[in-house]
Amino acid sequence: MVELVIFSLLNGLVTGLLLFMLSSGLTLIFSMMGVLNFAHASFYMLGAYFAYTISTYVGFWPGLIVAPLLVGLAGALVERYGLRHVHRHGHVAELIFTFGLAFLIEEIVQFFWGKATKDYSAPELLQFPLFTLYGQNFPAYKAFMILISVGIFIGLFTVLSRTRVGLIIQAAITHPHTVSNLGHNVPLVFMGVFGVGSALAGLAGVIAGPALGTFPGMAFVLGSIVFVVIVVGGLGSLPGAFVASLLIGWLQTFAIALDWSVSDLLDILGISFDSEHVLRDLWTLSLPQVAPILPYILLVLILIFRPRGLMGKRET
Amino acid sequence: MTAALQMQGVRKSFGPTEIIRGIDLEIPTGERHAIIGPNGAGKSTLFHLISGKYSKTAGRILLNGTEVTELQPYQINRMGLSRSFQITNIFPRLSVFENVRCGLLWSMGYRNSFWRLVDTERALNERAAQILDEIGLLERCDLPAGVLAYAEQRALEIGITIAGGAEVIMLDEPTAGMSHSETEGVVELIRRVTQGRTLVMVEHDMGVVFNLADRISVLVYGEIIATGTPEEVRASKAVQEAYLGAVDAGEGEAH
Amino acid sequence: MSATETGSAATGKSGDRTGAEPAWKRVADDQMRRGAFRRTLPVWGAAFVVLMIMPLLFSSAVGVTIMNQMGISIVFALSYNMLLGQGGMLSFGHAVYFGLGGFLSVHVMNYVEYDGWWLPLPLLPFVGGLFGLAFAVPIGSFSTRRAGTVFAMISLGVGELVAACSIIFVAFFGGEEGVSGDRTMGPPVFGSEFLSEVEVYYLIAGIVLVAALFMYLFSRTPAGRMANAVRDNEERAEFVGYSQRYVRFVSFCASGFFAGMAGGLFAINYEILTEENLNLVTSGWVLLMAFIGGVGFFVGPIVGAIVLTLLQTVLSNHTELWQLYVGILFVLTVMYAPRGLTGLVAMHGPALRTGRLGILARAYGAAVVPLLAFLAGVVLLLEMGNVANQSVVGESEAHVFGLTLDVSTVAPWLVALALAAGGGYALVRLAPRLRDAFARATGQAGAAS
Ligand SMILES: Nc1ncnc2c1ncn2[C@@H]1O[C@H](COP(=O)(O)OP(=O)(O)O)[C@@H](O)[C@H]1O
Ligand SMILES: [Mg+2]
Repeated sequence: MVELVIFSLLNGLVTGLLLFMLSSGLTLIFSMMGVLNFAHASFYMLGAYFAYTISTYVGFWPGLIVAPLLVGLAGALVERYGLRHVHRHGHVAELIFTFGLAFLIEEIVQFFWGKATKDYSAPELLQFPLFTLYGQNFPAYKAFMILISVGIFIGLFTVLSRTRVGLIIQAAITHPHTVSNLGHNVPLVFMGVFGVGSALAGLAGVIAGPALGTFPGMAFVLGSIVFVVIVVGGLGSLPGAFVASLLIGWLQTFAIALDWSVSDLLDILGISFDSEHVLRDLWTLSLPQVAPILPYILLVLILIFRPRGLMGKRET
Repeated sequence: MTAALQMQGVRKSFGPTEIIRGIDLEIPTGERHAIIGPNGAGKSTLFHLISGKYSKTAGRILLNGTEVTELQPYQINRMGLSRSFQITNIFPRLSVFENVRCGLLWSMGYRNSFWRLVDTERALNERAAQILDEIGLLERCDLPAGVLAYAEQRALEIGITIAGGAEVIMLDEPTAGMSHSETEGVVELIRRVTQGRTLVMVEHDMGVVFNLADRISVLVYGEIIATGTPEEVRASKAVQEAYLGAVDAGEGEAH
Repeated sequence: MSATETGSAATGKSGDRTGAEPAWKRVADDQMRRGAFRRTLPVWGAAFVVLMIMPLLFSSAVGVTIMNQMGISIVFALSYNMLLGQGGMLSFGHAVYFGLGGFLSVHVMNYVEYDGWWLPLPLLPFVGGLFGLAFAVPIGSFSTRRAGTVFAMISLGVGELVAACSIIFVAFFGGEEGVSGDRTMGPPVFGSEFLSEVEVYYLIAGIVLVAALFMYLFSRTPAGRMANAVRDNEERAEFVGYSQRYVRFVSFCASGFFAGMAGGLFAINYEILTEENLNLVTSGWVLLMAFIGGVGFFVGPIVGAIVLTLLQTVLSNHTELWQLYVGILFVLTVMYAPRGLTGLVAMHGPALRTGRLGILARAYGAAVVPLLAFLAGVVLLLEMGNVANQSVVGESEAHVFGLTLDVSTVAPWLVALALAAGGGYALVRLAPRLRDAFARATGQAGAAS
C-alpha cells in the first residue's frame, strides 16, 4: 500500500506538471486574448514530432531547445496569419478556427510522419531506474520530466513577477481589455503570448513524447483534459490551473492504481447481484475503468455547482 | 396608492469603491421623473440596479409595491418595467422590424411558444409596424439594425423599450447625440407614449428635462442631493452649487 | 355562409380604405406576406420532387447508399444549426444526442424483433427523437446557462463523458463491436418490409422532408425568433422579458430531438451503432458540415451535408489524403468565407437581381484556368509528397488524376511546382480585377454597408 501511494503520488505529479505546462500556456492565451485555443494540444504534438525528427539526426538534447522554438514560431505565425484574421468575427469564430486548426494539424502530422507511433525515446543517459522501492523502479526520465517542469515554472514565475513584460501580462490577466490602454503594441504582445504559450506546449510535447508515445492521436488524448483543467481551475487563473493540473493528475493515477469496484462495496454492504442483469456493468464498475471519465465528471460537477472554477474570479 | 418605484437605502460598490451611496427615492405612479447629474455620478448604475442588471450591495427596490431587489432583469420586465440603454443595445443582425417585434413578443403573451408562427399573427405585426411608424423607422424596417445610422439606432432603442407597453418606462439619455430637430421629435414621442405611465429618465439636455419632467432628482457622487419640481430644483442652492451652474457653464462652452 | 359574408365584408372594407390605408398597415401586411409559409411551398414541393426522382437518376447501389447517408447527415446538420446558426451555441458534443438516439433506436428495433413490440419502422426515427430529447432536457438544463465559450466547454465535457461511458457500459453500448439490430422485423408498411436500400431511401427521404419542414417552421415561431435575438444580444433579450437561458434551453431541446431523429435514421440505415457514432469525431464532423455549408442560412447545413458526404464517400475512394483536403477546406472557410458555401453563392444575389451577373461571369471565366492549374499543382504536390513520405522502400508510384507518376524522378515534381506556382501567381495578379468586377456587379453594395 505504501509503495502504491508513493508511486501514484510521483506518477500523478509527472502527469500533473505536464498538464500544467499545457494549461499555463492556454491560460495565458485565454486571459490576454480571450481565445480558448482548441489547437493548444496540437502544438504539444508538434513539439514531440519536431523533437523526434531532430533526434534522428542529432540526438535528444538539441531537440529539447530547438523543437519548442520551432513550435513557438509556428504558434506566432498561426496567430499572425490565421487567428488575427478571424478575430473580428468574435470569440466563437476564433474557437471554431482553432478547432479546425487542431483537425488540420493532425492531418498534417499524418501527412509528414504517417499514422504509426514513432520510435522517439528517452536519451540513453536517462534510461536507468533512479531508485527502486519495494521492487518497483522509478525511471530517471520521469524525474527529469519533473525537473524540467519545475524549472519552467520557476522561470515563468520569475518572468511574471519580476519583469516589465510580466507585469503587463499580469495586468492583462486581472483586467482584460485594459492592455490597449497601457499604450503597448497589442498585436505584438498577442503574437508573443501566443508564440510563448505554444512553445511551452511544444516543450511539454518534447519531454512527454518519449514517455507517453508519439502518435497522431496524442493531441486528441490530452487536448480535452487540458480544457478540463483550465475550466476546473477557473478560466484565466494560473494558480487555479496549477491546482487543477495536480488534482487531475493525481485523480487519474490513483484511480488507475486503486482497484476498487462497486462490487467490492456491495460485498461490504452484504448485497448480492445478478451477473446477467442489464445493469451488470454498473455493479462491476471498478475505479481503473472509470478513471478516464473522472475528469469529465469533475468538470460537469464544477460547472453546475461552482461555475467560476476552483480559483477563478470571473464567472465562466 | 403605492408608488410605482420605491428605493430604500440602495447601495452599490464595485470592489472597494462605492458608486451608489444610499438612495431613497419614491416615484409615484404616472409621474415623469428625470434624474440629472454630472457624468460618472452613477445614473446609469442606478438604472442597472433598478432593472436588475446589477446585484445590489444593500437596500431594497419595490416595483408597484412588490419587492424586486433580487429578481432577474427578465422577471422585472415581466412585472411591467422596461428600460433603454445609454449605449445602444439592439439586436444587430435582426431586421429593424424584428427588433421591435422581439420587444413585443413577451408582453403580447407569445412566450416561448413553438406552435405559433410569428408571420401569421396579425395583431403582433401590426403593432410592430405602428411602433416603427411612431419612431420614424417604417421605411427602414427591412435593414439589419446594425447598419442603421446612430440616431436611428437610438430611436430603435427607444422603440424596443416602449414596444411592450410597460407601466414603468426608464430611458437612459434618450436624446444623447441627437440633433436639435431629432431631439424635438423624440421628446414628443416620449410624451405621447408615456401618457398615463410612469417615466424615469436620465437626461443631460436641460431643455428636455424642464419640458418633460414633473419632478427631478439630482444625483451627485452616488447620492441624491435634491428632489422636487423643476422650479424647486432650479431654485435649490445646493443644486446650483453642486451641479447646475457647472453644467450651464459647460454647455455654454460647448456651443 | 356567414364565413363568406365576413370575408366579403372584410374585403369590401379594406377595398374602401385602400386610398387611406396607413403606411404601417402596408408594412405589416408586407412583412406577413413575405414571411408566410405559403411562399416557401414551391421550394418544399421542388424538394419533394427531387427527393422522389433521385433514386431514378442514381440507381446504382453505391448511389443509393450515398444518398441515404446524405439524408441522415442533412437532418443531423440541420439540428446542429438550430444550436450554432440560430441560437449562437457552439457545440462540440452534438453527437451525444445523435448517438444516444441511435443506440436506443437499435435497442427498440431489437425489442420489436424479440419481444414482439409493435412499431412500424417509419415511426422509429420519432422514437429516436424522443430519446434525444430525453437526454437534451437534463443536460440542457445546466449547459444553456451561458452561450459562447462556456457552452462550448460544457458540450465538450459532456461529449467526452458520454463517449467514455460508452466504452465502459458494455451491456448498453455493446463494447467495441457496438449494438446491431434488424430493421425488417416490424410490421410491414404499405407492403414494404424495408429489405432493400431503395425502400430505406424513401423512408429516409420522407423523414428528411418532415424534419426539415418542422425545423424550418420552428425558426419562424416566437421561440425560434427569440433564439435569434438571444444569439445576437443575450443581454437585451432579458430586458424584453425573455430569460436567455430558457430561450436557449428550448432550442437546445428541439435540437436534441432532431439529432436523435437523425440517430434513429442511422440505426435504420446501418442497423448498427458503435461508440464512434457519439464521440468527438462525429461531433466535430457535424460542425464541419454545418459550418462549411453556412450556418447563417437555413439551407446552409443541407449544402454542407451534401458536399461533405460526397467528399467522405467519393473522394475517400481516390485518395487517402481526403481528410487533409477537408481540413484545408474547413480552415479556409473559417478564414475567408465565414458564411460558408451558401454565403459564397448568396453573395451574388445583388448582382443577379440587377442583371449584372455577366460582368462577373467574364471575370470568373478568366480565373478558371489559373485556378484549375493551381489546384492541380497543389493536389499533385500533396499526393506525390504523401507517397514520398510514406513509401515503403521501392514503392514510388503516385496515382493522381488517373496518371501514374514516379515520385523518385524530378520531372513530375517540376511540373506540379510549375502548375501551382504559375496558377497561384496568375490568381494573385487577377485578384484586383476580380474584386473590381465584384464591386461593379453588386453596385458597390460593399461600400454602402
Ligand atoms: N461595472 C462597473 N465596474 C466598476 N466601476 C463601474 C462599473 N460601472 C460603472 N462604474 C463606475 O461607476 C461610476 C458611475 O458610472 P455611471 O453610472 O455610468 O455614471 P453616469 O451614468 O452617471 O454617467 C463611474 O465612475 C464608473 O467608472
Ligand atoms: Mg450614464
